[in-house]
Amino acid sequence: MMDVIVIGAGPAGLAGAIASANSGLKVIVIDEFIKPGGRLIGQLHQERSGEWWNGIEESERLHQEAITLSVDIRCGVSVYNLEKDGDLWNVHTSIGTITVPFVLIATGAAEYPIPLPGWTLPGVMSIGAAQVMTNVHRVQVGKKGIIVGANILAFAILNELQLAGIHVDRIVLPEKGPLSGKAGEPEEVMKSLLHAAHLAPSPLLRIGSRFMKNDWFRKTGMKFFPKNGVKVNGTPLLLRKAAIEVIGMKQVEGVRVADTDANGTIIPGTETVYEADFVCIAGGLYPLAELAAVAGCPFQFIHELGGHVPHHSETMETPLEGLFVAGNITGIESGKIAIAQGTTAGYSIAKHAGKCGAVIDEQLNQAIQNVRLIRMQAAIQFNPDIESGRRKMSELWEKLYEKPANLHSTQKLG
Amino acid sequence: MTRIMDHPILGKLNDRKAIPFTFDGKTYEALENETVAAALLANGIRTLRIHEESGTPRGVYCNIGHCMECRVTVNDQANVRACLTVVEQHMVIESGKQHPTIVKRMVEQQ
Repeated sequence: MMDVIVIGAGPAGLAGAIASANSGLKVIVIDEFIKPGGRLIGQLHQERSGEWWNGIEESERLHQEAITLSVDIRCGVSVYNLEKDGDLWNVHTSIGTITVPFVLIATGAAEYPIPLPGWTLPGVMSIGAAQVMTNVHRVQVGKKGIIVGANILAFAILNELQLAGIHVDRIVLPEKGPLSGKAGEPEEVMKSLLHAAHLAPSPLLRIGSRFMKNDWFRKTGMKFFPKNGVKVNGTPLLLRKAAIEVIGMKQVEGVRVADTDANGTIIPGTETVYEADFVCIAGGLYPLAELAAVAGCPFQFIHELGGHVPHHSETMETPLEGLFVAGNITGIESGKIAIAQGTTAGYSIAKHAGKCGAVIDEQLNQAIQNVRLIRMQAAIQFNPDIESGRRKMSELWEKLYEKPANLHSTQKLG
Repeated sequence: MTRIMDHPILGKLNDRKAIPFTFDGKTYEALENETVAAALLANGIRTLRIHEESGTPRGVYCNIGHCMECRVTVNDQANVRACLTVVEQHMVIESGKQHPTIVKRMVEQQ
């Protein structure tokens, strides 16, 4: 019998599998995609040091390490349910039910969609879809594209599309509305981009740094934002244009846009059409946590973490015995954080399994410290208030699941 | 669409065997170990199905298995996600078709 099933072969899942296997546990990893690595395999950006972060190489390194430790990795397998049965978990997959004492859910993130008229036309895709098609499958998504939505992920993938020789013609905002929220308000978008630039003058943001670092823009805000936009790595970023509709008969032919005021309200009579053969919708990421919900794990909405996240401790435990989480399911952060969290979860599982005696406490403690260190050193944050989000979860955990340290002595005195 | 043969950071595309498959009765070539979605796009095909009720075209949206927009029929198995399925030799792939909406038509006629 297996000791641990890891759901998701991304950075968190593979790192978790490695740490568990390293501690002597038998581990199986399940993933729906055709190869291991998760969304890490799409990532490609230059670090502050000038070195390239090549997600394919990083994934391969983790994959090889897991194989060396005899981790059983199954790709192309879906998990559709999991349930507790006594001390064990039954995990129902497309290759049958796997019964284990420990489950690590590392399902990562998905993208918030921003629906707009015409978005079902072939050629409209999430920005992540374009990333995977480009860097993983190496097929061009089109000749001339428009990105709808301006955020860190969109800029990172813009850069990747350009590296692959794909022309992104313009970046516009989604139309303001209940489904786009702040992503459709130029002033708010500008604020978040400036915040990101302030936090991370990294090569990733070098693409827009000239305008982002400019104090004049900070002070004057959106009022004087150039109508023709500012260039981000050569591509005009049009914060005062909103995408109203994707047009085309059988596939994308263009995007109808209109000018907006600083709040994102459409200015009537300013409509125009930009031609394009593909459109990427960049709505940002949210934790992909359905399986934790199916398992019965309680959730909390924490905006800074990207949405609803399962309750979890810093040791990556959930309130459900034997169920652990790691990576973007716990909050949207970088692949490096996911690896560090995965390692933490892996040692945490080993500790619960009674492996490795005193050493495991030291390993687990170090892994937790490592997560904090990497977060501090991070060149880029999806959400600049990530620390505050993490703190909220850890306070919640303390309040709900940890007994006060002096509880026993108090009782004795009573 | 074109394949990205040469990439400044990721290097050249590995030499891979070309394998034949059919889509809606026509034969195309995929590269070994690539998904149905990638192989079809590389052959210039964006429309993977039409909506069951409205008949409007649909293609790949998320490309990683969440959105279910890219469902096709593979070797007679319906509702298979093109973005998660590896093309195999002589695979028979059919696009999703419009379904009859008899009740709706009846209601409309009343």
